[in-house]
Amino acid sequence: MIAPIKQRLGLSTPLTLSQREALQGFIYISPWIIGFLVFTVGPMIASAYLSLTDYNIVTPPRFAGLSNYEYMFGDRLFWKSIENTLYYTVIFVPIAIAGSLALAMLLNQEIAGRVALRTLYFLPSVTPVVAAAFLWLWIFQPQIGLLNSIISALGLGNGPLWLGHPGSSKPALIIISLWGALGGNTMLIFLASLQGIPKELYESADIDGAGSWGKFRFITVPSISPVILFNTVLGVIGALQMFTLAYVASSGRQQQFSPGGPLNSTLFYVLHLYNSAFDFWEMGYASALAWVFFVIVLAITGFQLWTSRRWVYYEGED
Amino acid sequence: MAGKPPARPRANRFGAGASDRGIGDVLSEILPAWRVKSIVRSLLLYAVAYGLTIVFALPFLWAVSSSLKPVNELFLWPPQLIPKTWRFENYIEIWHLAPLARFFVNTVYVTVMSVTGRILSAALVAYGFARFRFPYRNFLFLLLLSTLMLPYQVTIIPTFLLFKAFGWLDTYNPLIIPNWFGGGAFAIFLFRQFFLTIPKDLDEAAKIDGANSLWIFIRIIVPLSKPVIITMIVIGFLESWNDFFGPLIYLNTPEKYTLSLGLANFQRVVSAGGQATEHLLMAASMVMTLPSILVFILLQRYYIQGVVISSGSK
Repeated sequence: MIAPIKQRLGLSTPLTLSQREALQGFIYISPWIIGFLVFTVGPMIASAYLSLTDYNIVTPPRFAGLSNYEYMFGDRLFWKSIENTLYYTVIFVPIAIAGSLALAMLLNQEIAGRVALRTLYFLPSVTPVVAAAFLWLWIFQPQIGLLNSIISALGLGNGPLWLGHPGSSKPALIIISLWGALGGNTMLIFLASLQGIPKELYESADIDGAGSWGKFRFITVPSISPVILFNTVLGVIGALQMFTLAYVASSGRQQQFSPGGPLNSTLFYVLHLYNSAFDFWEMGYASALAWVFFVIVLAITGFQLWTSRRWVYYEGED
Repeated sequence: MAGKPPARPRANRFGAGASDRGIGDVLSEILPAWRVKSIVRSLLLYAVAYGLTIVFALPFLWAVSSSLKPVNELFLWPPQLIPKTWRFENYIEIWHLAPLARFFVNTVYVTVMSVTGRILSAALVAYGFARFRFPYRNFLFLLLLSTLMLPYQVTIIPTFLLFKAFGWLDTYNPLIIPNWFGGGAFAIFLFRQFFLTIPKDLDEAAKIDGANSLWIFIRIIVPLSKPVIITMIVIGFLESWNDFFGPLIYLNTPEKYTLSLGLANFQRVVSAGGQATEHLLMAASMVMTLPSILVFILLQRYYIQGVVISSGSK
């Protein structure tokens, strides 16, 4: 058993140059390989198995077949969390992408103080999410908060209860997320790609008498379409993983609500997963939730990549 | 920081279409039409660009203002941006009311250890991918990149159980040790892209002089990689400093909390006898935010470079 392996690895004979190179390469990447096996592959297999068991941490896992998955389909909170997560993603991502692109186009103009503006726009996105949540909870405070004070000063009556009411809690979270996202990485990436569009394209469009919308539609968008796809895919994956902001906003302040409140209106998928695992210690069920989440993310990402062939143009293709 | 007064009137003037035309009419008598158009256009641009800074800065300004007020001024109506009495003591009190210094030290420790591990291991792994040919190299690299799209929640439960089995719960190991095994797909990718831009001639020359690959890495590759190392310091710092999910799951003892966890529990940690603590909460939030902002502002050139490389749009 050992001998042929040794021979294949060339250990019994002096190593050839390319074998030495390969061996060294494997040694250098070995930290990642070990990490990948221990922290990714292993846990994925383990969570697939755990999802088929009843496991509350105290007693050993008990095989339970597909019952966790069956339970999931009848779990009202599971469907509620899917609904909340899709609501958030479908509203947040398009606004974030369009808004970041608009900001990038603004900064791509010749404005004095562009670098300072870019820094200022960016600062919300380096603000720790927990701190951002508290900054905004204070602004959204229904009675004496800044926002509702402005609303009533403008004569628009009493503002909404924001995070205190299921009808306005998700819009409030979307506003906070947008504040942190619009001037962030997405904008930087758009800005870099806008700067990479050859000026001649716009000049020849000017000669043809194209208007600004025409130039945007037929030059800017196709030129940066790979980056739009990149930002959208990452934006959607990020939005589906919404957790910290909702957790802190719904539980951090005065513990009026359990995380995900009020009335489960901010119970996002990962929050439901977290509650199941670390509040109720249903590790089997939470593993099933994790696997279903994986499949959902994979399916949505795959769908975006598949449909992208219709609208994304890569250089060198026609 | 753009002052509020100059930006406001501009925004108002151009918000209304009627006054635009008024200015346009006057200008068109003295200037050719295209000049008028470009002047109006650039005024509008400046109004929007600088007006937006208010939107982005207002939550900070409001937090700073609230953090400097005495408690009774929190409830004044209408809200005052400038405190009537400046109460700088709030920034001293928070350190006594909550073990903020403790949280601060904990966070620095976790961040430094995590970022060091990430950079060391990611650079080594990236060196392997960038400079050596071995079987399945492209497949393995693709596998590595695909983990970028894998939400960490998928593996969180078995990973938690694994660390529990190691006896690592309520220690910093779960937050630090995984970073020493490759440092994540993003970091490896970033380093590899950078290493590929370093001419191979340099390696070859050293090899002819009898240098081994580790020597080449330490003496040639690393010194040339300062920009990408700084990029990863910024990105790694921001991620570890701001991390909430990890500390939430793994840390139980309040003395071990990081800033994000301590801040989230601020209300519980600070007993104000039923009084409002928003001014203190805002002060603590700003204390946690300041290092992130400083690191970004000082090193933004490197950070931006890294983000742009990662998207492949250069």
